[in-house]
Amino acid sequence: MGGSVLAVTATGSGSNPGDTAWVLVSAGLVLFMTPGLALFYGGMVRAKNVLGIIMQNFFCMGIVSVLWVLIGFTLAFGPDAGHGLIGGLDMVGLRHIANGVPGFHLTIPPLAFMVFQMMFAIITPALITGATADRLRFTGFVVFVSVWLLLVYAPIAHWSFSPGGWLYHRGVLDFAGGTVVEINSGFSSLAAAMVVGRRRGWPEELMSPHSLPFTLLGAGILWFGWFGFNAGSALGASGVATQALVNTQLAAAAGLLGWIFLEAVRADGKPTTLGAASGAVAGMVAITPCAGFVGTLPSIAIGFAAGIVCLLAVRLKFRFRYDDSLDVVAVHGIGGIVGMVLLGVFAAHAINPAGSNGLASHGGLHLLGQQLLATVVSMAYAFGATYLIARVVHSVIGLRVSPDDEAEGLDTSQHAESAYAAAGLGRIQ
Amino acid sequence: MKLVTAVIKPFKLDEVKEALKAAGVTGMTVSEVQGFGRQRGHTEVYRGAEYTVDLVPKLRLETVVADEDVDAVVQAIVGAGRTEKIGDGKVWVMPVESVVRIRTGEGGPDAI
Repeated sequence: MGGSVLAVTATGSGSNPGDTAWVLVSAGLVLFMTPGLALFYGGMVRAKNVLGIIMQNFFCMGIVSVLWVLIGFTLAFGPDAGHGLIGGLDMVGLRHIANGVPGFHLTIPPLAFMVFQMMFAIITPALITGATADRLRFTGFVVFVSVWLLLVYAPIAHWSFSPGGWLYHRGVLDFAGGTVVEINSGFSSLAAAMVVGRRRGWPEELMSPHSLPFTLLGAGILWFGWFGFNAGSALGASGVATQALVNTQLAAAAGLLGWIFLEAVRADGKPTTLGAASGAVAGMVAITPCAGFVGTLPSIAIGFAAGIVCLLAVRLKFRFRYDDSLDVVAVHGIGGIVGMVLLGVFAAHAINPAGSNGLASHGGLHLLGQQLLATVVSMAYAFGATYLIARVVHSVIGLRVSPDDEAEGLDTSQHAESAYAAAGLGRIQ
Repeated sequence: MKLVTAVIKPFKLDEVKEALKAAGVTGMTVSEVQGFGRQRGHTEVYRGAEYTVDLVPKLRLETVVADEDVDAVVQAIVGAGRTEKIGDGKVWVMPVESVVRIRTGEGGPDAI
């Protein structure tokens, strides 16, 4: 993250209007990704569970926004509390935010930075709901998300995004959240899916997506919003933002091509719409850490590689028998690793002076080593901490619905609504 | 020939279908239906107003079988469809006058 340093701003007076406008628009774009994700996921589940998963995603827009302002922001971006592990409590309730965000030389109001980052904190736990689709108990989910935001998201965001964070300090590059959003959600998903257990009937029974048009529309919204996610992370309306936006487009395109290419060349293979949507998302996942640090052509390679590798990674759940229902581990976890590692190869100082040179830019193995370290550490922390949190919430409150409620579906059992009700079948009480 | 009709819990379809295959049934028709028997429905709430919905989603399974196979087929459905909880559904049997396979024009038990 690095915008050009024009002026250190306080409440916003003296901030750059162009930069500010772009980051505010980007905040809106990133927010829109979460309802997009809800449709992307909602189309993939069965008709009796579509409101359940949409609600889990929508709910994140509620709980995370409030928690972020109250305490999440200071844990992630407040002054370092020691060893680069977590932010201190100095900025609880956004106290002192008018003085700026520690370590950043912003050209935008600190509040704009805060609300832009809020949108990342919303979508990351929402991503996890894909792994536990069709069986999550809503009350348990509410507690899980709240605790997870503060104990898993905020620390990893501090490590990678805050200049006070230990990974940032070591020179790890993560432009828009390869560790914070993608590897984090992917390996938290693995832990959550293991704790709540497999759906009844999985994997023997076909649980076919109930509306692929929803899923394709959701993928389109994610694609649109990802321009804000990646190009907004430049924190200004700059050349780096432009490069990030172009890279996002090409990685999505190449991811789409990679995924359906592999589908089509398999025996009896046909290119699928779900594959096209998944490949585009996989490409954007992988370009997330790289977006403002690599050139245009490497973005095509990174996206294409993610499309291929993520499709292959879907097999892992059948091999190891964990029910990652909507493939969050394969697309976000593995896709995030592809991006973080390839950034160590393709990063180029010429693209972004705040970055460094990777293997292909004659930077040697140093950056690749840093990227691998960040990958392994964020995988391990996300998996371990999420496993513990999910276990505790599961035993105290319950993270899984009863077998009867699972058979009935989340929509009526958890939310007393039907997505596709036949007309005129009920009577008011 | 007999028409066997069963109304079952949706998530039991796979087990019932496998049991019917094992009993020699070669084809069936399945439709999504809603209805009620002794199982109570559920409550839906829209902007605070509560509604009782009696109708519960079920699957209706139909298959035409030869007279001598009827008992085995009914037993297969009952055995595989049972959860012993209210709402497991019903099976009923009706006589069939004639059956024709459209592709070949075959009639009677050969068309089953």
